[in-house]
Amino acid sequence: MSSLPSVAAPPPDQDVRSRLDARNDRWFAWLLKGCALLVLAALLGAAFATLWGGRHAFSTFGWHFLVSPAWDPGTDTYGALVPVYGTVVTSLVAVVLAVPVSFGIALFLTEVAPGWLRTPIASAIELLAGIPSIIYGMWGLFLFAPFFAEHIKPWLTAYLGNNPDGDHPSWVYDHLPFIGKLFSTDYPFGASVLTAGIVLAIMIIPFISSVMREVFMTVPTRLKESAYALGSSTWEVVWDIVLPYTRSAVIGGIFLGLGRALGETMAVTFVLGNTLNLSASLLDPGASIASTIANQFSEAVGLQKSALMALAFLLFVVTFIVLLIARLMLRRLAIKEGR
Amino acid sequence: METLYLRRRVTNALAILLSLAATAIGLGFLAWILWDTVQQGIAALNLKLFTTITAYGDTGGLSNAMVGSLIINAIGIAIATPIGVAAGTWLAEYANRTKLGESIRFLNDILLSAPSIVLGLFVYTIVVLPSTAITHGNTSFSGLAGGIALALIALPVIVRTTDEMLRLVPATLREAALSLGIPQWKLTMQVLIRAARSGIITGVLLALARISGETAPLLFTAFGNNYMALSPLDKMASLPQVIYQYANDPGEAMHALAWAGAFVVTMFVLLLSLASRLAFSRNKVSHD
Repeated sequence: MSSLPSVAAPPPDQDVRSRLDARNDRWFAWLLKGCALLVLAALLGAAFATLWGGRHAFSTFGWHFLVSPAWDPGTDTYGALVPVYGTVVTSLVAVVLAVPVSFGIALFLTEVAPGWLRTPIASAIELLAGIPSIIYGMWGLFLFAPFFAEHIKPWLTAYLGNNPDGDHPSWVYDHLPFIGKLFSTDYPFGASVLTAGIVLAIMIIPFISSVMREVFMTVPTRLKESAYALGSSTWEVVWDIVLPYTRSAVIGGIFLGLGRALGETMAVTFVLGNTLNLSASLLDPGASIASTIANQFSEAVGLQKSALMALAFLLFVVTFIVLLIARLMLRRLAIKEGR
Repeated sequence: METLYLRRRVTNALAILLSLAATAIGLGFLAWILWDTVQQGIAALNLKLFTTITAYGDTGGLSNAMVGSLIINAIGIAIATPIGVAAGTWLAEYANRTKLGESIRFLNDILLSAPSIVLGLFVYTIVVLPSTAITHGNTSFSGLAGGIALALIALPVIVRTTDEMLRLVPATLREAALSLGIPQWKLTMQVLIRAARSGIITGVLLALARISGETAPLLFTAFGNNYMALSPLDKMASLPQVIYQYANDPGEAMHALAWAGAFVVTMFVLLLSLASRLAFSRNKVSHD
């Protein structure tokens, strides 16, 4: 009776080698995974480090910290309201100004401009995103703020505000006090919430417009051409076909810009004036979370340092949520596209 | 009927006109900012800028800040590149379509736009404070801490480009290598990363461009130094931080120095993004 042909055992060195390979593979995968987890660690770490640093401020002031407008190193009382307000208002102004301009740029680059012009203009707009924020800050401080104080601000206060240089307040100030308040000030210089908002708007335009342009290009040509064939104008195609198709991603792009604006430090610090006063006027100087930290942290001690850390924690949490919404919205279009 | 047609035409013309205006606004601000930086920067350029340290104030230069910037950026890139490439590789090759992989990819995109000043405070807490405690104040703020802060900013850029570039590598390449019995780590290191090399280099250049202009995270990590510091454990000046300091100074001569620094930084950043674009377009062609 013949035995079944046995499978030849692999030579011993090959066995060792395959075991070695398997072990190396495992190590390699763990190493890579560890590096990827560092991304997670960086985000969690930043949140916990600022929360830990701000624990004295949170425990001293409690919930009051969030709503108190006081920020006085003299009496060691701190509240987050003024910097939070400044951050939110400058960012909202930036988004309100940047969205229509970005939409116009995206519309121009996807539907209006001739083919040969699209790439160079798109690259030029993206160049804006490459300019370091400190340059925006310097430009804002030395050139834009003086320009604003000389040309834009007098016009705004004269026609919409309290008209400090004229005899009596403007018609708007008398009849629409809410809008009038926004544009009223006695502060003579160019630094203001609105100046910071404008500089931020310029900074986030390239982000929003490049997202819009990219998602506009994902709209199936068939859809657009059908609309054109029915006699739609360019505007009607963009407004009725392209925008509804890309709505969630467009909102995502706007939130991405908002997230950028919230966390921006240098450009804002230069043109916001850094006064920790609560004012309803867009033309008064203000302070944002980031600018307050940049200005005060190196000299702060004790409770003040803790309060600044607590501010940083608030900023981080708010930005995180805004960016989370942005990414989720952007992803919705990607899923629809089957990517 | 006629009025409806007219109204639609007018609306369309208006929309196109406004889109032109929006583009003109964008390009106009770009031109305004670049023009002023170049003009004021070139006016303030001289040799002393590169040979004298900032300790001399308005009669000095920026040499220590330039050297400091180079050192801090080099540390940042040296830390972020291996970690970022590894993490990007894991996302593309090991965790593509897994839940953890998707979440980390998602969080990486958030880290990409996280406020840099908070990352600076994070590094202040985990590097500057402990090193002060351990060395009893001999080492507190340092170029190394600045480099770590910048690495956190460069990391997501490198992770993302590596991830994207590796996913562009055709699957046949992986299958061919695996069918020869190559272990996966060898496949990754010797085949995939090589195939995606120019794309990864693009990512590193982009990251370098991104961190070269960063100011906020350096304020509380590298701090600044009026003298030439070469040891990464010393307080270290950097160009953006000196620009920030000088621009807030009332002296006109300081402003000129700040503009010169701004010009140098801007040119460096723009040349880098140009270089990365060139590297990327070569990469694209090779994949066609």
